Amino acid sequence: MSGEIAEAFARAKARGEGALVAYAMAGDPDLARSVDVFAACVEGGADILEIGVAFSDPIADGPVIQAASERALKAGSTLKRVLDEVVPAVRARCPQTPLVVMTYVNVVMALGEERYAKLARERGVSGTILPDLPPEESAGLREAFDKEGLELIPLCAPTTSPARAERIVKDARGFVYCVSVAGVTGMRSELPANLSERLEMVRRSSPVPVVAGFGISNAEQARVVGAHADGVVVGSAIVRAAQADGPAAARQVCAEIKRGLKR
Amino acid sequence: MDTQTAPGRFGRYGGRYVPETLVPALLELEQAYAEARKDPAFDEQVAQVLREFVGRETPLTPARRLTEKWGGAEVWLKREDLAHTGAHKINNTIGQVLLARRMGKKRVIAETGAGQHGVATATACALFGLTCEVYMGALDVERQALNVFRMKALGATVRPVESGSRTLKDAMNEAMRVWVSQVEDTYYVIGSAAGPHPYPTIVRDFQSVIGREIRTQSLVAFGKLPDAIIACIGGGSNAIGALHPFLGDASVRLVGVEAGGHGLDSGQHGASLTLGTEGVLHGSRSLVLQDEHGQIIEAHSISAGLDYPGVGPELAHMAKTGRMEVRTATDDEALAAFYMVSRTEGILPALESSHAFARAGELARELGKGKYLVINCSGRGDKDVATIAARGMPPAIQEKA
Ligand SMILES: Cc1ncc(COP(=O)(O)O)c(C=O)c1O
Repeated sequence: MSGEIAEAFARAKARGEGALVAYAMAGDPDLARSVDVFAACVEGGADILEIGVAFSDPIADGPVIQAASERALKAGSTLKRVLDEVVPAVRARCPQTPLVVMTYVNVVMALGEERYAKLARERGVSGTILPDLPPEESAGLREAFDKEGLELIPLCAPTTSPARAERIVKDARGFVYCVSVAGVTGMRSELPANLSERLEMVRRSSPVPVVAGFGISNAEQARVVGAHADGVVVGSAIVRAAQADGPAAARQVCAEIKRGLKR
Repeated sequence: MDTQTAPGRFGRYGGRYVPETLVPALLELEQAYAEARKDPAFDEQVAQVLREFVGRETPLTPARRLTEKWGGAEVWLKREDLAHTGAHKINNTIGQVLLARRMGKKRVIAETGAGQHGVATATACALFGLTCEVYMGALDVERQALNVFRMKALGATVRPVESGSRTLKDAMNEAMRVWVSQVEDTYYVIGSAAGPHPYPTIVRDFQSVIGREIRTQSLVAFGKLPDAIIACIGGGSNAIGALHPFLGDASVRLVGVEAGGHGLDSGQHGASLTLGTEGVLHGSRSLVLQDEHGQIIEAHSISAGLDYPGVGPELAHMAKTGRMEVRTATDDEALAAFYMVSRTEGILPALESSHAFARAGELARELGKGKYLVINCSGRGDKDVATIAARGMPPAIQEKA
């Protein structure tokens, strides 16, 4: 599975498209039905799936994903159950699509960093995003991940200086996640004017693909942002659609975004 | 003496586990604070405001009737209840708001549980003309109407937080999320010795005025350092403030008291040092109340200020290395201590402080005659009288009345 993420980006590029990284919450509304949502995202055109694992205190998330976390926790979602039940099921239904887990550092620590890395790889996870783990704190975890070939995907923010961004992306694995707005996850009507510049700047020093996320919810935004990135991450728009109208609505959101990513 | 083993690390604990968006702001804060500390004028400014506005130094009061009642060590009280706004929280907010002003920030946000830290932040902002917004769990907004009014009267905006358990930990999550969105012009005043580096260090330094005063006052009052100091622990700011200046004094026993809530085996308590496990909450690695899956468990205490599932990283380190002894007091024990102290000393202690009083009698007897015990009375109980009165006075207390 090593290199799966790189291959997914390459396939999208060969088709003349930006890649769509689709985020949904594992366990929302319950473990089984969230598998349908992930599969629907792939049907809608998602190139990579980001599997959200709920945490009780999600400081990087806006209201939509916070509420999804609460629903998932109520439905009994845990990192272990997501790895045992959701990941294999999604893999079975979408064998071509790389899976990336997104959760908070405490959830991984509780399972054990090495144990997580091993289990994640065994179940078919390619990468992991931990929004509350800046590079200064990630040394131990990286070691555990590298040993298993699990990719730790770093984040850049609008407040990150160019020098710091260079350090962050230098040894990035998988892709670099550029947070488009100084803020939490959620849909925005407007994205910052200097976003394209920042994306190009990060792209110049990054050895891996660069995606933009946070705030992107429609085809037009995807088109504008996608012109300066290798892909986009869409989360809240998918989570909200799935909650309101089920997997088909999530498929539609992905299809619409995908239209915006055609070059 | 410093237990800091690397920048922001206290043994295994501490660090800076926050979204990348905040890291540059924390680096900026760390730098600004280091510069402020090197500037004697900043120190003097803080000291002057503490003197002229807060009413420092606060007295070290002999508790003669408690001493007699317990029949052990001589008992003295450090009277943070006499600081302006009624608790130690003001020591930290004055320091941090002055730091915010020095950094050119005009807008301040804070989280609060019971409202004491919110009131203290609102007070400091009113004094220095900064805009203040306080995030408070919606449940706490209902429970702490008096402090909500005080904050509003002081010109602060109170923002109820509806997510999660609608209490302090959710207010802190929300304050962090808001800070992520407005980090350019906003200063976040954290209220306890918790949070990402450099906050645990900053809060400790500003609160250490308590312990430094205990040092000089005890030398004057009884000619030596205390043999033990006891303080309650929520996030840990009053405890670290009272205890930290004595870390290097091996003769001084340092004791912290956590919320035992309905009892340690009830699952409803705030005893993160006693029963917590290593984890990351609100930006630092420390001991936290969590389930086996890493989900944070809601804390419980009769006192809203101890109702927090985490604890400052330096205290976690002091507890693990054995430098600080950790005990717990239940809700009922704290209530009994509240009445007992009110009646024997004429002081209504805050319910938080009552936890320290609840364990102090045993400690006084353990120490024995000829020894000196200082209890940190972290705040006054006026804010709690409605909560306490609503429970009705226990019959045993009524009879004595
Ligand atoms: C009077 C008083 N004591 C103690 C505390 C607990 O906080 P800390 O452990 O940070 O001192 C509070 C918090 O609100 C308080 O108001």
